[in-house]
Amino acid sequence: MKYRFSRKHLAIPYALFLLVFVVLPLIVIVYYAFTGNDGKPTADNLLNFFGDPNTLGTLLYSFILALVTTCVCLLIAYPVAYALAFSGLKSKSVLVMLFIMPMWINFTLRLTALKEILTLIEGNLAFHPFLNSVVGMTYDFLPFMILPIYNQLDRLDKSLIEAATDLGADKVKCFTRITLPLSMPGVISGVAMVFLPAMTNYVVLDMLYNSTYIMGSLIGSYFSAYDWHGGSMISLILLALICIFTLLTRDNESSDVRGGSLI
Amino acid sequence: MAQNIIELKNITRRFDDDGYIAVKDFNLSVGRGEFVTFLGPSGCGKTTTLRMIAGFDTPTEGEILLNGKDITVLPPNKRPINTVFQRYALFPHMNIFENIAFGLKLKKLPREEVIKKVKHVLDLVDLEGFEERSVATLSGGQQQRIAIARALVNEPEILLLDEPLGALDLKMRKEMQIELKAMHRQLGITFIYVTHDQEEALTMSDKIVVMNRGSIQQIGTPEDIYNEPKNAFVADFIGESNIFKGIMTGKLRVRFCGGEFECMDDVDEGTLVDVVVRPEDVILSDPADGTVTGTVTAVTFKGMHYEITVESGKYEMVIVSTKAQQVGDKVGMSLEPDGIHIMIAEDHITRFEAGITSDYKLDYNGKEINCDLTKIIPGSSMKDGVLTDSAGQSVDIEKIKINVSIQPGDIEMSDDIEAGLTHGHIINLIYKGDHYCYVIRTAHGHDLIVDDEYLWNMGDQVGLILPEDKMSFALKK
Repeated sequence: MKYRFSRKHLAIPYALFLLVFVVLPLIVIVYYAFTGNDGKPTADNLLNFFGDPNTLGTLLYSFILALVTTCVCLLIAYPVAYALAFSGLKSKSVLVMLFIMPMWINFTLRLTALKEILTLIEGNLAFHPFLNSVVGMTYDFLPFMILPIYNQLDRLDKSLIEAATDLGADKVKCFTRITLPLSMPGVISGVAMVFLPAMTNYVVLDMLYNSTYIMGSLIGSYFSAYDWHGGSMISLILLALICIFTLLTRDNESSDVRGGSLI
Repeated sequence: MAQNIIELKNITRRFDDDGYIAVKDFNLSVGRGEFVTFLGPSGCGKTTTLRMIAGFDTPTEGEILLNGKDITVLPPNKRPINTVFQRYALFPHMNIFENIAFGLKLKKLPREEVIKKVKHVLDLVDLEGFEERSVATLSGGQQQRIAIARALVNEPEILLLDEPLGALDLKMRKEMQIELKAMHRQLGITFIYVTHDQEEALTMSDKIVVMNRGSIQQIGTPEDIYNEPKNAFVADFIGESNIFKGIMTGKLRVRFCGGEFECMDDVDEGTLVDVVVRPEDVILSDPADGTVTGTVTAVTFKGMHYEITVESGKYEMVIVSTKAQQVGDKVGMSLEPDGIHIMIAEDHITRFEAGITSDYKLDYNGKEINCDLTKIIPGSSMKDGVLTDSAGQSVDIEKIKINVSIQPGDIEMSDDIEAGLTHGHIINLIYKGDHYCYVIRTAHGHDLIVDDEYLWNMGDQVGLILPEDKMSFALKK
C-alpha cells in the first residue's frame, strides 16, 4: 500500500509527547500513590493524607490563600477591565498593554522588586506572611484576571445595553441584569486562571519568606524526603481537585451561548 | 388627530471630535398615530435623528418636544418610547419570556400580569408558545418579531424602528412590511421608521421624510414624494426617473431633451430648470408623431414590462412600456403635460467630463486644457515625466475621466468663434438686474449658462472662453 501523508499525521509528534510526558508519568504517579514501600497495593497513603492534621491544614491554607488571592484579583480586575472596555479612549489597546506588560518581565525579578518594596513598608517580611503572599500572588496573577474579563466586556454588543436602557433600565439595573451576567464567562475564565496556580505556586511564598507549606511545597517536601508514595498521593489528590474545579467552570461556560474567552 | 405627539425643532447634531455635522437644522412634527419614515442613503443622518428621539444621542442645538414637554436631555429609560434595533439586540442570556418581560419586570408589575402581557404580544407577532425558547434557536425573522414584541409590550407612545427589516431576505421582508403596517393600524401607536429602501418607505408610510447629508429634502405623503419631487435628489432617490437640464421657454412651456413640451408648472420664462420624467410617463410612437425622436439602444424584459433605453442626440431616456421594441428602431417620444415635473435648478454651474491626453493634458473635443493631475489624483506624483500612483505604478490615463466645472460668471464670450474651448449660439437671455444671463447651445448640443454684463442678441454665434484658472477639477468616481 502506498503511503499517503494526511493532515492527521501532523498530530503524531504531539501524541508522542503526550504519551511520554503526560500519560506515562500519570500512570507512574497512580502506581506510586497506591503502593507502599514494599511495592504492594495499599490505600495507606490516602488514609495518611486525610488522617494527618498537618496535610489537611496545608490543603486548607492553600485553599484559603488561593480564594483570597482570587477575590482580591477579581475586585481589582473587574473595575479595571470595565473601565478599559467602556472608555471611549482611542488608546485603549495601549492601556491594556500597560496592564499586561509586567508579564514580560521575569517573575522572580518582579517578586524581588516587590519584596524590597514590602520590606520598606513593613520593616520585616516575617510579620505578615499571609498578607505578603496574597500581595505577591495578586501582583503576579492580576493580568490573567484582567484579560479574559476585558475581552468579554469589549466584545459585548453595546446595543444590548442601549436596548436595556430603552426598556427602562437605569445604569445599575443595566449592569446587574445585562453587563454582569454577560461577562461571567470572562470572570470564570479569569478565576480558573488565578485560582489554580495560586493553590500550588509556592515560589511566591518562598521568595517572600513565607515558610508555611501550600500544596505545591508540600509535594516538594515529600519528594525531597524520598517519600515517592506519599508525594504521589498528594499530587493525585490535587489533580482530582483541579479536575473537579475545571469541570464545574466548564459546565458554566458551555451553558452560555456566547461562551468562550481567553482559555 | 391633529395633535402632535413629537416635535423636533431646529435639531442640529455636530460631532465634536471632527466637526462633522450629522443632522442639520431638522424640523419635524409627527401627529399621534402616524407612520413616519425617515428615508435616505446611508450616512444621511436618519439613524442619528432616530437616536436623538430615543435618547441615545443628544442634539447639539435645538429641542425635542414630546406632547409639548421638552425631553431633549431626558435619558432613554425615562422616555415612553421604545426602539426596535437594527440587529435586534435580544439578550442572549435570557429566554424569550425573560426578554419580553424585561421592561415589565423593571416596572415591578405583578407576575400574572407580566405573563398575560407577554402572551398577548407573542400572539400579536404570531409566535405563540415561544416563551421558553432561547434566542439562539430562532431564525432572523423570528428574532425580529421578538424584538418588536419586546418593544410593544411596554405600550410605548412611540415605536422607533431602525432599519428593522434590513437583515431579512426579500420574501420575509415583504411579509414583515405588511405585518408591521397591520400592527400599526391595529395598535394606533405612532411609528417612526428608518430605512434606505424607497420601496419600503412608499409601501408603509403615512408620511415620508427624505433626507440627504443631514438635511431634510422633502416631507410629504408617499404620493407627493413620488409625483412631485421637490428637487433632483428626491426624484433620483425615489423610483426610476430621467432627469434633464431644461429651460422655460414661455408660459407653461419648457425646452429639454432637444424638444419643446407643454407642462403644468408655472415657472418664469428663462429660468433654468431640472425636468423629471418618470419612465412610465413617456409615450412611444412613430417617429413622425413624437415631439422628439430617438433610437432604441437597449431593451430589457422585466417580467411585467420592458425597460427601453432610447438615445436622442446627446440625451438618454429610460422608458417603461408593455410593448417591446427592437434595438435600432427609430421611435418618437411625447409627454402629457402632467407627466413632466419641473424643479427650479439649484445651480447654473457648467459641468463636463474630459479625458486625458498622452502628455497629461485634459482633452475636450480635441482641445487641450492644462491642469495639474497630481493634485486631482490622490497619492500620485510625476516621476521622470510619467504620472505614477502611490504604489509607484504608472497611472492608466485611458481609464480616468476628470469632471470639470466652472461658474457661469467665469465664462467669457467672444466675437471670435475660435477664441475659446467651444462655441455656440445664444438661445435665450434674461436681464438679471445688473447682468444678463445667457443660455448658449454649444456646437456639441449642450446648453450652458453664462453670466455677462454686456448685451448680446438672440441667435448670436459666440466663442466661449473658459479660463483654466477658474475651472475646478475632480476625479470622476
